Amino acid sequence: MFVYADNAATTRMSRVAVEAMLPYLDTYYGNASSLYAFGQKSQEALQRARETVAACLGAEPREIIFTSGGSESDNQAIRSAAAQGARKGKRHIISTAFEHHAVLHTLRKLKKEGYDITLLDVHENGIVTPEQVAEAIREDTCLVTIMFANNEIGTIQPIREIGRVCRERGVVFHTDAVQAVGHLPIDVKADNIDMISLSAHKFHGPKGVGALYVRRGAPLENLIEGGGQERGKRAGTENVGGIAAMAAAMKEACDHMEENGKAVSALRDRLIDGLLEIPHAALNGDRTRRLPGNVNLCFEGIEGESLLLLLDDAGICASSGSACTSGSLDPSHVLLAIGRPHEVAHGSLRLSLCEENTPEEVDHMLAEIPRVVAYLRNMSPVWKDLESGKKAFML
Amino acid sequence: MALYSEKVFDHFKNPRNVGSIEDADGVGEVGNARCGDIMKMYLKIENDVIVDVKFETFGCGSAIASSSMATEMIKGKTIEEALAVTNKQVVEALDGLPAHKLHCSVLAEESIKAAVQDYYERNHIPYDKSRFPACEDCESCEVRMV
Repeated sequence: MFVYADNAATTRMSRVAVEAMLPYLDTYYGNASSLYAFGQKSQEALQRARETVAACLGAEPREIIFTSGGSESDNQAIRSAAAQGARKGKRHIISTAFEHHAVLHTLRKLKKEGYDITLLDVHENGIVTPEQVAEAIREDTCLVTIMFANNEIGTIQPIREIGRVCRERGVVFHTDAVQAVGHLPIDVKADNIDMISLSAHKFHGPKGVGALYVRRGAPLENLIEGGGQERGKRAGTENVGGIAAMAAAMKEACDHMEENGKAVSALRDRLIDGLLEIPHAALNGDRTRRLPGNVNLCFEGIEGESLLLLLDDAGICASSGSACTSGSLDPSHVLLAIGRPHEVAHGSLRLSLCEENTPEEVDHMLAEIPRVVAYLRNMSPVWKDLESGKKAFML
Repeated sequence: MALYSEKVFDHFKNPRNVGSIEDADGVGEVGNARCGDIMKMYLKIENDVIVDVKFETFGCGSAIASSSMATEMIKGKTIEEALAVTNKQVVEALDGLPAHKLHCSVLAEESIKAAVQDYYERNHIPYDKSRFPACEDCESCEVRMV
């Protein structure tokens, strides 16, 4: 059996998205900036896509900028707010310790450029509070950037309340909603959001396409200089097929959000319950305030990369926050941020489901994962020390 | 190119000499769980010959494969021959390791040395301490490999 359980990494393009893309590859391939009717076909497709994406977020079409994906959107949003802040003498930015690297590394660069960065601690349950944000805001704060839902542990942040705090204090609020769009209801007005980053391939759209929502009046500067596309805010000939496919995928995801969410979270809960029967295993992140498809556990006494390789052998595609899978010496910064010790963080497993996963696939994972964990523990000197009482269990 | 060579995959999925030896004559443990790799090597020694060897490893695929390969390289060999095994030889025997995984082969070499050192200590056999560099931390492995 082949089980794809890494939907937080990327998803399969839906049929609807593929069909929406195809005409713009070889039939209506004109440049959307061209004056003739053939080019205007592409321009019309862009306009329709912009309307669809905006409608899914409760935004105006002119507030949507198409980009190459979540990372570019994050970079542009943060850089824009930072530049505006600097002009007003405000150089303080608030974020969290467990953001995506597209946010953290941009902030790290800004720090070198003289900005003051506050990274809020994340509680053990993987959630930051609006009170933390309120306490951290200063006179010179120009931006709060906090993810909608965490990409590794799936925890959902109290975005509306955080947005309210920012609105009251007059601070720009950006949220990296790459994992949330298409999976959780988002309304930029009700949720008090100034900027949203999203990425098509996380909701069955194509890779290499994303969008940035920027509320009218919020700061926006371009990262990429060139032609006047996207109202001069993002140069480069538009990826019309990709954008049309993203809009189609987003509409499909938003139209079926409730039913998909119910079905997927039922699979998720069965998977979590089953895996927690493995001794000395623990769920990472809040049990209920998490994405419908996210399962993330730590298994004491084993290392994540070897777990993934053996699961791959059993037909299961998953991911881990171990150091070996990240190519660095440290395990996942997200797991460290929620207080997992290094030793335990190395033994993490993330399974991320979507509506295409089946109960039979969950059965297969519940049969294979405990077997592989037991096999690896049996050859692990760390596990032997824990079992014999030489060292104390942490989980 | 795949992440690992076929040999690495073979030794990872079908590890040789995995387990422990109850009445081992020398046991060496190197690495550190904080960094995500620990290797433990058990030796049975008769007349300066390694007659049996077992390993236990907590770590990634290349750590398990490196330990497995190391046990094959020293089984039936004299202590002197085992001490001559280098991490480079382990890497070559595995048909290569990715650059960021080379420290796994260093741990394999060090686990052999640590087990032999334990054997010397237990039996009060005088030995040249400079031949047994202490395993400090993961960073020191990385530095040695550059």
